[in-house]
Amino acid sequence: MCGIAGLIHRGKSTNVGGEMQKMLQSLKHRGPDSTGYALYGSGKSKDYILRFKVGENVKEGSSAIMEDASLYDARRDEVNNQINEVGGKIIKEEQITPYSFRYVIKCDDDLLELAKKIESVEMTEILSLGQSLELIKDIGDAQVVADQYNLNKFNGTHGIGHTRMATESGVDIRSAHPYWAYPFSDVSVVHNGQLTNYWNNRRALERKGMRFMSSCDSELIAVYLANKIRDGYDLEDSMRSSLSDLDGVFTYMVATKDKLGMAKDTMAAKPMVLYESDDLVALASEEVAIRSLLPHEIDTYDPYEGEVKVWQA
Amino acid sequence: MASITKNEHKSYGMGLHDEVLTGRTQQTFFNPEEGENFFYNDAFDVDFNKRTSINVENLKCLELNKKIKELMKKGYGTIVLKNPGAKHSLGVGILQKLNLIIEGSLGYFGVGSIDGPVVRISGRVGWSCAENMMSGKVVIEKNAGSCFGAAIRGGDLICKGSVGARSGIDMKGGTIIVGGDAGAFTGFMMQRGRIIICGDVGPNLGDSLYDGTIFVGGSIKSLGADAVEAEMTDLDISWLKRKLKVAEIDKKIDFKKMTKIVSGKKLWNYDNLEPSERKGAI
Repeated sequence: MCGIAGLIHRGKSTNVGGEMQKMLQSLKHRGPDSTGYALYGSGKSKDYILRFKVGENVKEGSSAIMEDASLYDARRDEVNNQINEVGGKIIKEEQITPYSFRYVIKCDDDLLELAKKIESVEMTEILSLGQSLELIKDIGDAQVVADQYNLNKFNGTHGIGHTRMATESGVDIRSAHPYWAYPFSDVSVVHNGQLTNYWNNRRALERKGMRFMSSCDSELIAVYLANKIRDGYDLEDSMRSSLSDLDGVFTYMVATKDKLGMAKDTMAAKPMVLYESDDLVALASEEVAIRSLLPHEIDTYDPYEGEVKVWQA
Repeated sequence: MASITKNEHKSYGMGLHDEVLTGRTQQTFFNPEEGENFFYNDAFDVDFNKRTSINVENLKCLELNKKIKELMKKGYGTIVLKNPGAKHSLGVGILQKLNLIIEGSLGYFGVGSIDGPVVRISGRVGWSCAENMMSGKVVIEKNAGSCFGAAIRGGDLICKGSVGARSGIDMKGGTIIVGGDAGAFTGFMMQRGRIIICGDVGPNLGDSLYDGTIFVGGSIKSLGADAVEAEMTDLDISWLKRKLKVAEIDKKIDFKKMTKIVSGKKLWNYDNLEPSERKGAI
């Protein structure tokens, strides 16, 4: 059991970081192990925002292996070298935690080459790379992660998030959601459910050159969608084809620079409650998450089996 | 089928038992007089004219449920819950007569495991509303989530809006009435009772249905394993008219065009198993 939540404001920016934090905190009971946010800012700059980690959070409850913190600085230096090597220019550099970084970089649009270079550094994983997406995930509940990464003041148009109960892989950042649809900028995925044809799909996608960073079945959705987008499908068509290609019980959300979508499997086995008004769409595993933003009485409904919906910011 | 025949019980005349039960089913009939006099050990004598309200805004579900019990102990027969805020497990385990009015929406497992109260909910309900209900009546003005009325054994469960997937899953009695549409696997593994869906129904309707009857006013996407269409009778129509009127569902329905779904009884039938075989099968 995990909790997923998402919201999109139509035509305006608000404190989407604070809003997502409230929604995810109210879903803590569905997944206390880790929390992740994919938040979308204004996206007006042509520069890229790179979020990456060079190690794991090894605090109590983590299944990651303890490392000497001095390794993180060496890895960061190596990442900087790699960015410079492919012609990228670091404009701003922030160290959020000993193992987690936020960069603003200038680079050409060959993100695959850049991503490959950065991830060639030991234990380094890109969490997100895009012009509006900022993907943050760590161990702890929504409040802990939001405080740690100062997300409560994040302004943007939309976001998705996840509270994870680890069932099929470890309690660590690499198994936490959301997942970035590597190497496509600004595409992220959160998922609640289990995929039963994970290995068949993973092997097929790996043969096509797609990369997996974890053994979490949810990552498959992000990679699957990335592959479809690479093949020329639009977001909605990619999501529709996932309903037949992915086997299991699942509800997932996907966000792009200006869109938010949801898909529910044909058994409708995983929950999703939806609220839609002229200026806001909010959806979550449970209505309590939506009520954390809108405490008054609202009309909500459960999308039906096999439904795919996409909203524009 | 035990020793009771159609002439021996009024419920047949009321159209409550037109399902053909086979094998060694022991059907026990409810005696209204016994029902009137039956109380659980910790049930309280309440006065329906004695009314009070609770603001749920700052209460956790356990606190609220205890408070309802305390008020019933003081003789309150009508309790109004304000600001429920879609919290989970509110109003559960009420095992006696009570008028419970909920002004707002409930989260998961609302009014579960109840036996006797009449509940009115002005908003929406989340997953598994009224799960394991034994008797009473629950009326929801808006939509409901999945597993609506899971495993209910009796009573009337009414949703005036639409419901999610697997409504009436594993139900063993009672009636579920839905004014709008229903999702996939409605009536999944249903064993007794009746479901009325006034609107459209998703795929796999009545999948693995053991017994019971499902009536559908709109379209059916597909039938599940062993669910078959049966002929509507005059008794069905009169019962449906009466039920929808009592449920206050004001929808124009051509009752003759409704579809009636029953079990084909081709899967396996527990009624034909000896107790020892049944145990082995489970």
